[in-house]
Amino acid sequence: MTAMIDIANAQKTFTMHLQGGIELPVVRGVTFHVNASECVVLSGPSGAGKSSILKMIFGNYRCDSGRIGIRHRGALVDLAIAEPRQVLNIRRSTIGYVSQFLRAVPRVATVDVVAEPLIANGVERAEAQRRAGELLHRLNIPERLWQLPPATFSGGEQQRVNIARGFISELPILLLDEPTASLDAANRAVVVELVAEKKRQGVAMVAIVHDDEIRHLIADRIVDVTSFAAAA
Amino acid sequence: MADQTLLENDAPLLIADGLSKSYGKIAACRDVSFALYPGEVLAIVGESGSGKSTLLQLLSGQLAASGGHVSYRMRDGVTRDLATLGEAERRFLFRTDWGFVHQDPAQGLRMAVSAGANVGERLMAVGWNHYGRIRDTASDWLTRVEIDTARIDDAPRTYSGGMRQRLQIARNLVTEPRLVFMDEPTGGLDVSVQARLLDLLRSLVAELHLAVVIVTHDLAVARLLSHRVMVMKGGCVIETGLTDQVLDDPREPYTQLLVSSILPP
Repeated sequence: MTAMIDIANAQKTFTMHLQGGIELPVVRGVTFHVNASECVVLSGPSGAGKSSILKMIFGNYRCDSGRIGIRHRGALVDLAIAEPRQVLNIRRSTIGYVSQFLRAVPRVATVDVVAEPLIANGVERAEAQRRAGELLHRLNIPERLWQLPPATFSGGEQQRVNIARGFISELPILLLDEPTASLDAANRAVVVELVAEKKRQGVAMVAIVHDDEIRHLIADRIVDVTSFAAAA
Repeated sequence: MADQTLLENDAPLLIADGLSKSYGKIAACRDVSFALYPGEVLAIVGESGSGKSTLLQLLSGQLAASGGHVSYRMRDGVTRDLATLGEAERRFLFRTDWGFVHQDPAQGLRMAVSAGANVGERLMAVGWNHYGRIRDTASDWLTRVEIDTARIDDAPRTYSGGMRQRLQIARNLVTEPRLVFMDEPTGGLDVSVQARLLDLLRSLVAELHLAVVIVTHDLAVARLLSHRVMVMKGGCVIETGLTDQVLDDPREPYTQLLVSSILPP
Protein backbone atom coordinates (compact mmCIF):
# COMPACT_ATOMS: atom_id res chain seq x y z
CA MET A 1 0.00 0.00 0.00
CA THR A 2 1.28 3.44 -0.86
CA ALA A 3 0.34 6.17 1.56
CA MET A 4 -0.50 9.24 -0.51
CA ILE A 5 -1.09 11.36 2.59
CA ASP A 6 0.76 10.67 5.84
CA ILE A 7 0.02 13.08 8.68
CA ALA A 8 1.83 12.84 11.99
CA ASN A 9 1.16 14.93 15.12
CA ALA A 10 -0.11 17.95 13.22
CA GLN A 11 -1.20 20.83 15.43
CA LYS A 12 -3.04 24.07 14.80
CA THR A 13 -3.88 27.00 17.07
CA PHE A 14 -5.27 30.37 16.06
CA THR A 15 -3.98 33.42 17.91
CA MET A 16 -6.52 36.23 17.68
CA HIS A 17 -4.47 39.40 18.09
CA LEU A 18 -7.46 41.67 17.65
CA GLN A 19 -9.27 39.95 20.54
CA GLY A 20 -6.54 40.56 23.08
CA GLY A 21 -4.35 37.75 21.77
CA ILE A 22 -6.59 34.90 22.90
CA GLU A 23 -5.46 31.47 21.79
CA LEU A 24 -7.95 29.26 20.01
CA PRO A 25 -6.66 25.69 19.91
CA VAL A 26 -8.14 23.88 16.90
CA VAL A 27 -6.54 20.43 16.71
CA ARG A 28 -3.50 18.64 18.08
CA GLY A 29 -1.92 15.23 17.54
CA VAL A 30 -3.57 14.79 14.16
CA THR A 31 -2.23 11.48 12.90
CA PHE A 32 -3.64 9.40 10.05
CA HIS A 33 -2.77 8.28 6.55
CA VAL A 34 -4.64 7.82 3.30
CA ASN A 35 -3.72 5.23 0.71
CA ALA A 36 -4.22 5.33 -3.02
CA SER A 37 -7.72 4.18 -4.13
CA GLU A 38 -9.15 4.98 -0.72
CA CYS A 39 -11.64 7.52 0.61
CA VAL A 40 -11.23 8.52 4.25
CA VAL A 41 -14.13 10.44 5.74
CA LEU A 42 -13.49 12.78 8.66
CA SER A 43 -16.26 12.64 11.23
CA GLY A 44 -17.11 14.69 14.28
CA PRO A 45 -19.48 17.47 15.27
CA SER A 46 -19.35 21.00 13.83
CA GLY A 47 -16.38 22.90 15.19
CA ALA A 48 -14.33 19.77 15.83
CA GLY A 49 -11.78 20.92 13.24
CA LYS A 50 -12.64 18.81 10.19
CA SER A 51 -12.44 21.69 7.70
CA SER A 52 -9.30 23.01 9.37
CA ILE A 53 -7.58 19.63 8.87
CA LEU A 54 -8.63 19.63 5.21
CA LYS A 55 -7.27 23.16 4.78
CA MET A 56 -3.99 22.15 6.44
CA ILE A 57 -3.62 19.27 3.97
CA PHE A 58 -4.15 21.76 1.12
CA GLY A 59 -1.65 24.24 2.61
CA ASN A 60 -4.35 26.88 2.99
CA TYR A 61 -3.94 26.90 6.78
CA ARG A 62 -0.49 26.75 8.29
CA CYS A 63 0.48 23.86 10.48
CA ASP A 64 2.14 24.91 13.78
CA SER A 65 3.97 21.64 14.32
CA GLY A 66 3.98 18.06 13.11
CA ARG A 67 4.21 16.74 9.59
CA ILE A 68 1.89 16.71 6.59
CA GLY A 69 3.47 14.21 4.24
CA ILE A 70 2.22 14.33 0.65
CA ARG A 71 3.38 11.97 -2.08
CA HIS A 72 4.23 14.41 -4.87
CA ARG A 73 5.79 13.11 -8.10
CA GLY A 74 6.95 9.94 -6.37
CA ALA A 75 8.57 11.57 -3.33
CA LEU A 76 7.14 12.26 0.12
CA VAL A 77 7.16 16.03 0.69
CA ASP A 78 6.34 17.71 4.01
CA LEU A 79 3.75 20.35 3.13
CA ALA A 80 4.02 21.87 6.62
CA ILE A 81 7.48 23.26 5.77
CA ALA A 82 7.22 23.55 1.97
CA GLU A 83 8.05 26.83 0.20
CA PRO A 84 5.07 28.69 -1.30
CA ARG A 85 6.24 27.87 -4.81
CA GLN A 86 6.39 24.21 -3.96
CA VAL A 87 2.90 24.27 -2.44
CA LEU A 88 1.64 25.78 -5.71
CA ASN A 89 3.32 23.03 -7.73
CA ILE A 90 1.84 20.39 -5.44
CA ARG A 91 -1.61 21.93 -5.96
CA ARG A 92 -1.13 22.02 -9.73
CA SER A 93 -0.06 18.41 -10.12
CA THR A 94 -0.99 16.50 -6.95
CA ILE A 95 -3.78 17.87 -4.72
CA GLY A 96 -7.21 19.01 -5.79
CA TYR A 97 -9.67 20.65 -3.41
CA VAL A 98 -13.41 20.93 -3.74
CA SER A 99 -14.34 23.72 -1.37
CA GLN A 100 -17.78 24.26 0.10
CA PHE A 101 -18.39 27.32 -2.03
CA LEU A 102 -17.34 28.32 -5.50
CA ARG A 103 -15.08 31.36 -5.58
CA ALA A 104 -15.92 32.51 -9.08
CA VAL A 105 -14.01 35.05 -11.09
CA PRO A 106 -16.29 37.65 -12.66
CA ARG A 107 -16.82 37.33 -16.42
CA VAL A 108 -15.35 33.83 -16.83
CA ALA A 109 -17.77 31.40 -18.53
CA THR A 110 -18.83 28.29 -16.58
CA VAL A 111 -17.27 25.91 -19.09
CA ASP A 112 -13.93 27.75 -18.74
CA VAL A 113 -14.14 27.80 -14.92
CA VAL A 114 -14.40 24.00 -15.08
CA ALA A 115 -11.78 23.55 -17.82
CA GLU A 116 -9.18 25.79 -16.15
CA PRO A 117 -7.36 23.15 -14.03
CA LEU A 118 -6.81 21.02 -17.15
CA ILE A 119 -5.54 23.97 -19.20
CA ALA A 120 -3.16 24.83 -16.35
CA ASN A 121 -1.75 21.33 -16.74
CA GLY A 122 -1.15 21.72 -20.45
CA VAL A 123 -4.29 20.15 -21.93
CA GLU A 124 -5.40 21.85 -25.14
CA ARG A 125 -8.27 24.31 -24.68
CA ALA A 126 -10.72 22.56 -27.02
CA GLU A 127 -10.13 19.17 -25.38
CA ALA A 128 -10.38 20.70 -21.88
CA GLN A 129 -13.67 22.37 -22.79
CA ARG A 130 -15.01 19.12 -24.25
CA ARG A 131 -14.28 17.27 -21.01
CA ALA A 132 -15.70 20.16 -18.97
CA GLY A 133 -18.90 19.88 -21.04
CA GLU A 134 -19.11 16.13 -20.35
CA LEU A 135 -18.90 16.65 -16.59
CA LEU A 136 -21.34 19.58 -16.60
CA HIS A 137 -23.72 17.40 -18.56
CA ARG A 138 -23.41 14.54 -16.06
CA LEU A 139 -24.03 16.98 -13.23
CA ASN A 140 -27.19 18.22 -14.95
CA ILE A 141 -26.08 21.77 -15.73
CA PRO A 142 -28.05 22.65 -18.88
CA GLU A 143 -25.91 23.50 -21.90
CA ARG A 144 -27.50 26.93 -22.31
CA LEU A 145 -25.77 27.97 -19.05
CA TRP A 146 -22.25 26.85 -20.00
CA GLN A 147 -21.26 30.14 -21.61
CA LEU A 148 -22.50 32.23 -18.66
CA PRO A 149 -20.37 33.08 -15.62
CA PRO A 150 -21.61 31.01 -12.64
CA ALA A 151 -21.92 34.06 -10.33
CA THR A 152 -25.67 34.34 -10.94
CA PHE A 153 -26.43 30.60 -10.61
CA SER A 154 -28.35 29.08 -7.69
CA GLY A 155 -26.41 27.65 -4.72
CA GLY A 156 -26.87 24.08 -5.91
CA GLU A 157 -25.82 24.90 -9.49
CA GLN A 158 -22.70 26.71 -8.25
CA GLN A 159 -21.81 23.74 -6.08
CA ARG A 160 -22.14 21.42 -9.08
CA VAL A 161 -19.88 23.69 -11.16
CA ASN A 162 -17.45 23.55 -8.24
CA ILE A 163 -17.61 19.75 -8.17
CA ALA A 164 -17.05 19.55 -11.93
CA ARG A 165 -14.00 21.81 -11.55
CA GLY A 166 -12.67 19.63 -8.73
CA PHE A 167 -13.24 16.29 -10.44
CA ILE A 168 -12.04 17.24 -13.93
CA SER A 169 -8.34 17.00 -13.21
CA GLU A 170 -6.43 13.78 -12.98
CA LEU A 171 -4.76 14.54 -9.68
CA PRO A 172 -3.74 11.69 -7.36
CA ILE A 173 -5.19 13.36 -4.22
CA LEU A 174 -8.61 14.96 -3.86
CA LEU A 175 -10.00 16.79 -0.81
CA LEU A 176 -13.78 17.11 -0.61
CA ASP A 177 -15.43 19.56 1.79
CA GLU A 178 -19.17 18.75 1.93
CA PRO A 179 -19.45 18.00 -1.79
CA THR A 180 -23.11 16.98 -1.56
CA ALA A 181 -24.36 19.60 0.92
CA SER A 182 -26.74 21.54 -1.30
CA LEU A 183 -27.56 18.87 -3.89
CA ASP A 184 -30.75 16.95 -4.66
CA ALA A 185 -30.86 13.13 -4.62
CA ALA A 186 -30.12 12.73 -8.34
CA ASN A 187 -27.01 14.90 -8.20
CA ARG A 188 -25.85 13.33 -4.92
CA ALA A 189 -25.92 10.00 -6.73
CA VAL A 190 -23.74 11.47 -9.51
CA VAL A 191 -21.17 12.59 -6.92
CA VAL A 192 -21.13 9.09 -5.37
CA GLU A 193 -20.47 7.70 -8.85
CA LEU A 194 -17.68 10.21 -9.48
CA VAL A 195 -16.00 9.30 -6.19
CA ALA A 196 -16.19 5.58 -7.08
CA GLU A 197 -14.57 6.29 -10.47
CA LYS A 198 -11.76 8.24 -8.81
CA LYS A 199 -11.12 5.29 -6.48
CA ARG A 200 -10.85 2.95 -9.44
CA GLN A 201 -8.29 5.38 -10.94
CA GLY A 202 -6.20 5.13 -7.76
CA VAL A 203 -7.02 8.54 -6.32
CA ALA A 204 -6.64 9.06 -2.55
CA MET A 205 -9.48 11.13 -1.08
CA VAL A 206 -10.29 12.83 2.21
CA ALA A 207 -13.90 13.95 2.57
CA ILE A 208 -16.20 15.71 4.98
CA VAL A 209 -19.80 14.55 4.58
CA HIS A 210 -22.61 15.07 7.04
CA ASP A 211 -25.17 12.95 5.21
CA ASP A 212 -25.03 9.44 6.80
CA GLU A 213 -26.22 7.71 3.66
CA ILE A 214 -23.58 9.33 1.43
CA ARG A 215 -20.88 8.71 4.03
CA HIS A 216 -21.81 5.03 4.07
CA LEU A 217 -21.61 4.90 0.26
CA ILE A 218 -18.19 6.56 -0.19
CA ALA A 219 -16.18 5.91 3.00
CA ASP A 220 -13.58 3.15 3.12
CA ARG A 221 -12.51 4.28 6.58
CA ILE A 222 -13.70 6.87 9.05
CA VAL A 223 -11.34 9.02 11.08
CA ASP A 224 -12.95 10.48 14.20
CA VAL A 225 -11.70 14.02 14.56
CA THR A 226 -12.88 14.39 18.17
CA SER A 227 -9.82 12.42 19.25
CA PHE A 228 -7.71 15.33 17.91
CA ALA A 229 -9.69 17.93 19.82
CA ALA A 230 -7.33 20.43 21.38
CA ALA A 231 -8.16 21.03 25.03
CA ALA A 232 -8.99 24.71 25.41
CA MET B 1 11.61 12.66 3.18
CA ALA B 2 12.97 14.01 -0.13
CA ASP B 3 15.29 16.98 -0.23
CA GLN B 4 12.69 19.68 -0.62
CA THR B 5 15.04 22.22 -2.13
CA LEU B 6 15.87 20.07 -5.15
CA LEU B 7 12.37 19.58 -6.43
CA GLU B 8 11.89 22.97 -8.02
CA ASN B 9 15.15 23.93 -9.60
CA ASP B 10 14.51 26.72 -12.09
CA ALA B 11 16.41 29.97 -11.59
CA PRO B 12 14.92 33.16 -10.17
CA LEU B 13 14.33 36.12 -12.48
CA LEU B 14 14.60 38.92 -9.93
CA ILE B 15 16.41 38.80 -6.60
CA ALA B 16 16.24 41.41 -3.84
CA ASP B 17 18.91 41.02 -1.20
CA GLY B 18 18.84 43.12 1.97
CA LEU B 19 17.27 46.06 0.16
CA SER B 20 17.02 49.29 2.20
CA LYS B 21 16.29 52.92 1.56
CA SER B 22 16.44 55.75 4.04
CA TYR B 23 15.77 59.46 3.75
CA GLY B 24 17.94 60.97 6.46
CA LYS B 25 16.79 59.27 9.64
CA ILE B 26 13.59 57.90 8.13
CA ALA B 27 13.83 54.32 6.88
CA ALA B 28 11.33 53.97 4.01
CA CYS B 29 12.32 50.40 3.36
CA ARG B 30 14.31 48.05 5.59
CA ASP B 31 16.21 44.90 4.72
CA VAL B 32 13.86 43.38 2.13
CA SER B 33 14.93 40.08 0.56
CA PHE B 34 13.06 37.74 -1.80
CA ALA B 35 13.40 35.87 -5.09
CA LEU B 36 10.83 36.09 -7.88
CA TYR B 37 10.57 33.26 -10.42
CA PRO B 38 9.36 33.32 -14.02
CA GLY B 39 5.56 33.33 -14.21
CA GLU B 40 5.20 34.22 -10.55
CA VAL B 41 2.98 37.07 -9.30
CA LEU B 42 4.05 38.71 -6.05
CA ALA B 43 1.74 41.21 -4.36
CA ILE B 44 3.13 43.80 -1.97
CA VAL B 45 0.34 44.95 0.35
CA GLY B 46 0.17 47.45 3.17
CA GLU B 47 -1.34 50.84 3.89
CA SER B 48 -0.13 54.22 2.58
CA GLY B 49 3.33 55.03 3.88
CA SER B 50 4.25 51.39 4.52
CA GLY B 51 7.09 51.62 2.01
CA LYS B 52 5.55 49.53 -0.75
CA SER B 53 5.92 52.10 -3.53
CA THR B 54 9.50 52.87 -2.46
CA LEU B 55 10.24 49.17 -2.69
CA LEU B 56 8.77 49.02 -6.20
CA GLN B 57 11.00 51.89 -7.30
CA LEU B 58 14.06 50.24 -5.79
CA LEU B 59 13.26 46.95 -7.51
CA SER B 60 12.78 48.60 -10.89
CA GLY B 61 16.03 50.54 -10.62
CA GLN B 62 14.31 53.93 -10.56
CA LEU B 63 15.63 54.74 -7.12
CA ALA B 64 19.11 54.02 -5.80
CA ALA B 65 19.15 51.82 -2.69
CA SER B 66 20.91 52.91 0.51
CA GLY B 67 21.82 49.29 1.11
CA GLY B 68 21.46 45.89 -0.50
CA HIS B 69 21.21 44.70 -4.08
CA VAL B 70 18.73 43.92 -6.84
CA SER B 71 19.78 41.35 -9.42
CA TYR B 72 18.03 40.36 -12.63
CA ARG B 73 18.55 37.38 -14.90
CA MET B 74 19.05 38.89 -18.37
CA ARG B 75 17.81 37.23 -21.58
CA ASP B 76 21.26 35.69 -22.09
CA GLY B 77 20.81 33.82 -18.78
CA VAL B 78 23.38 35.85 -16.85
CA THR B 79 22.16 37.29 -13.55
CA ARG B 80 23.44 40.84 -13.04
CA ASP B 81 23.36 43.40 -10.25
CA LEU B 82 21.21 46.30 -11.51
CA ALA B 83 23.62 48.80 -9.95
CA THR B 84 26.40 47.61 -12.28
CA LEU B 85 24.35 48.12 -15.47
CA GLY B 86 25.15 51.14 -17.60
CA GLU B 87 22.43 53.72 -18.22
CA ALA B 88 21.91 52.47 -21.80
CA GLU B 89 21.60 48.87 -20.67
CA ARG B 90 19.08 49.81 -18.01
CA ARG B 91 17.02 51.82 -20.47
CA PHE B 92 17.07 48.92 -22.92
CA LEU B 93 15.83 46.57 -20.19
CA PHE B 94 12.98 48.97 -19.47
CA ARG B 95 12.01 49.18 -23.12
CA THR B 96 12.09 45.46 -23.84
CA ASP B 97 12.17 42.95 -21.01
CA TRP B 98 10.33 44.99 -18.38
CA GLY B 99 7.04 46.80 -18.15
CA PHE B 100 5.80 49.34 -15.62
CA VAL B 101 2.09 49.97 -15.20
CA HIS B 102 1.46 53.19 -13.26
CA GLN B 103 -1.66 53.90 -11.23
CA ASP B 104 -2.19 57.05 -13.30
CA PRO B 105 -2.17 56.09 -16.99
CA ALA B 106 -1.08 59.64 -17.88
CA GLN B 107 2.31 58.80 -16.36
CA GLY B 108 2.77 55.75 -18.55
CA LEU B 109 1.26 57.06 -21.80
CA ARG B 110 1.84 59.98 -24.11
CA MET B 111 -1.54 61.60 -23.86
CA ALA B 112 -1.40 63.70 -27.03
CA VAL B 113 -0.31 61.09 -29.57
CA SER B 114 -2.58 58.39 -30.98
CA ALA B 115 -3.29 55.09 -29.21
CA GLY B 116 -1.66 53.24 -32.11
CA ALA B 117 1.50 55.32 -31.75
CA ASN B 118 1.55 54.75 -27.99
CA VAL B 119 1.75 51.02 -28.58
CA GLY B 120 3.89 51.22 -31.75
CA GLU B 121 6.48 53.43 -30.08
CA ARG B 122 7.67 50.55 -27.85
CA LEU B 123 8.13 48.40 -30.96
CA MET B 124 10.09 51.11 -32.79
CA ALA B 125 12.32 51.42 -29.73
CA VAL B 126 13.35 47.80 -30.19
CA GLY B 127 14.10 48.24 -33.88
CA TRP B 128 10.82 47.61 -35.70
CA ASN B 129 10.62 49.85 -38.75
CA HIS B 130 7.91 48.44 -41.02
CA TYR B 131 4.94 50.80 -40.60
CA GLY B 132 2.33 48.27 -41.74
CA ARG B 133 3.55 45.57 -39.34
CA ILE B 134 3.77 48.01 -36.45
CA ARG B 135 0.20 49.17 -37.08
CA ASP B 136 -1.08 45.60 -37.39
CA THR B 137 0.59 44.56 -34.14
CA ALA B 138 -0.69 47.68 -32.35
CA SER B 139 -4.17 46.94 -33.61
CA ASP B 140 -3.91 43.30 -32.42
CA TRP B 141 -2.95 44.53 -28.99
CA LEU B 142 -5.82 47.01 -28.82
CA THR B 143 -8.16 44.08 -29.53
CA ARG B 144 -6.50 41.97 -26.83
CA VAL B 145 -7.11 44.69 -24.24
CA GLU B 146 -10.67 45.14 -25.52
CA ILE B 147 -10.29 48.54 -27.17
CA ASP B 148 -12.26 49.03 -30.39
CA THR B 149 -9.69 49.32 -33.21
CA ALA B 150 -11.81 52.14 -34.69
CA ARG B 151 -10.26 54.24 -31.91
CA ILE B 152 -6.65 53.48 -32.93
CA ASP B 153 -5.99 56.99 -34.29
CA ASP B 154 -7.51 58.79 -31.29
CA ALA B 155 -5.29 60.16 -28.55
CA PRO B 156 -5.72 58.63 -25.07
CA ARG B 157 -6.85 61.97 -23.66
CA THR B 158 -10.15 61.23 -25.44
CA TYR B 159 -10.36 57.82 -23.67
CA SER B 160 -12.15 56.93 -20.44
CA GLY B 161 -10.10 56.00 -17.33
CA GLY B 162 -10.57 52.27 -17.85
CA MET B 163 -9.61 52.47 -21.55
CA ARG B 164 -6.51 54.48 -20.73
CA GLN B 165 -5.43 51.86 -18.22
CA ARG B 166 -5.99 49.07 -20.75
CA LEU B 167 -4.00 51.03 -23.34
CA GLN B 168 -1.16 51.44 -20.87
CA ILE B 169 -1.16 47.67 -20.39
CA ALA B 170 -1.06 47.08 -24.17
CA ARG B 171 1.86 49.51 -24.50
CA ASN B 172 3.75 47.61 -21.81
CA LEU B 173 3.06 44.11 -23.06
CA VAL B 174 3.63 44.61 -26.80
CA THR B 175 7.37 43.92 -26.51
CA GLU B 176 6.66 40.64 -24.66
CA PRO B 177 8.41 41.56 -21.41
CA ARG B 178 9.23 38.85 -18.88
CA LEU B 179 8.72 41.08 -15.83
CA VAL B 180 6.08 43.74 -15.20
CA PHE B 181 5.89 46.10 -12.24
CA MET B 182 2.43 47.40 -11.37
CA ASP B 183 1.68 50.23 -8.97
CA GLU B 184 -1.99 50.11 -7.88
CA PRO B 185 -3.14 49.38 -11.46
CA THR B 186 -6.83 49.43 -10.52
CA GLY B 187 -6.45 52.38 -8.15
CA GLY B 188 -8.57 55.21 -9.52
CA LEU B 189 -11.20 53.15 -11.32
CA ASP B 190 -14.91 52.45 -10.72
CA VAL B 191 -15.67 49.04 -9.22
CA SER B 192 -17.21 47.63 -12.42
CA VAL B 193 -14.28 48.91 -14.52
CA GLN B 194 -11.90 47.44 -11.92
CA ALA B 195 -13.43 43.96 -12.20
CA ARG B 196 -13.05 44.00 -15.99
CA LEU B 197 -9.43 45.15 -15.78
CA LEU B 198 -8.53 42.56 -13.13
CA ASP B 199 -10.04 39.82 -15.21
CA LEU B 200 -8.08 40.98 -18.24
CA LEU B 201 -4.83 41.22 -16.27
CA ARG B 202 -5.38 37.79 -14.80
CA SER B 203 -5.74 36.11 -18.18
CA LEU B 204 -2.88 38.04 -19.82
CA VAL B 205 -0.49 37.24 -16.96
CA ALA B 206 -1.29 33.52 -17.24
CA GLU B 207 -1.19 33.44 -21.06
CA LEU B 208 2.12 35.30 -21.35
CA HIS B 209 3.66 33.56 -18.30
CA LEU B 210 4.62 36.97 -16.90
CA ALA B 211 6.42 37.55 -13.64
CA VAL B 212 4.75 40.46 -11.85
CA VAL B 213 5.45 42.57 -8.79
CA ILE B 214 2.20 44.35 -7.98
CA VAL B 215 1.77 46.97 -5.28
CA THR B 216 -1.77 47.25 -3.98
CA HIS B 217 -3.61 48.20 -0.83
CA ASP B 218 -6.60 46.15 -2.02
CA LEU B 219 -6.46 42.60 -0.66
CA ALA B 220 -9.11 41.44 -3.13
CA VAL B 221 -6.75 42.42 -5.97
CA ALA B 222 -3.93 40.51 -4.27
CA ARG B 223 -6.14 37.44 -3.87
CA LEU B 224 -7.29 37.43 -7.47
CA LEU B 225 -3.94 38.08 -9.14
CA SER B 226 -1.06 36.95 -6.94
CA HIS B 227 0.55 33.67 -5.95
CA ARG B 228 2.50 35.12 -3.07
CA VAL B 229 2.07 38.16 -0.89
CA MET B 230 4.40 40.32 1.22
CA VAL B 231 2.78 42.45 3.92
CA MET B 232 4.65 45.69 4.66
CA LYS B 233 4.43 47.97 7.65
CA GLY B 234 6.74 50.84 8.55
CA GLY B 235 9.19 49.91 5.79
CA CYS B 236 9.54 46.29 6.92
CA VAL B 237 8.14 43.07 5.52
CA ILE B 238 6.22 41.69 8.50
CA GLU B 239 4.62 38.63 6.94
CA THR B 240 5.04 36.74 3.72
CA GLY B 241 3.71 33.54 2.17
CA LEU B 242 1.24 31.95 -0.18
CA THR B 243 -1.53 34.47 -0.87
CA ASP B 244 -4.48 32.37 0.24
CA GLN B 245 -2.55 31.24 3.33
CA VAL B 246 -1.68 34.77 4.45
CA LEU B 247 -5.22 36.02 3.78
CA ASP B 248 -7.10 33.04 5.27
CA ASP B 249 -4.72 32.33 8.16
CA PRO B 250 -2.96 35.64 8.91
CA ARG B 251 -0.43 35.39 11.69
CA GLU B 252 0.73 38.93 12.50
CA PRO B 253 -1.51 41.38 14.37
CA TYR B 254 -1.27 43.94 11.56
CA THR B 255 -2.16 41.37 8.87
CA GLN B 256 -5.12 40.22 10.95
CA LEU B 257 -6.23 43.84 11.16
CA LEU B 258 -5.91 44.31 7.38
CA VAL B 259 -7.83 41.10 6.63
CA SER B 260 -10.57 41.87 9.16
CA SER B 261 -11.06 45.31 7.61
CA ILE B 262 -12.31 43.90 4.30
CA LEU B 263 -16.00 44.54 3.78
CA PRO B 264 -17.98 41.40 2.99
CA PRO B 265 -18.85 41.16 -0.73
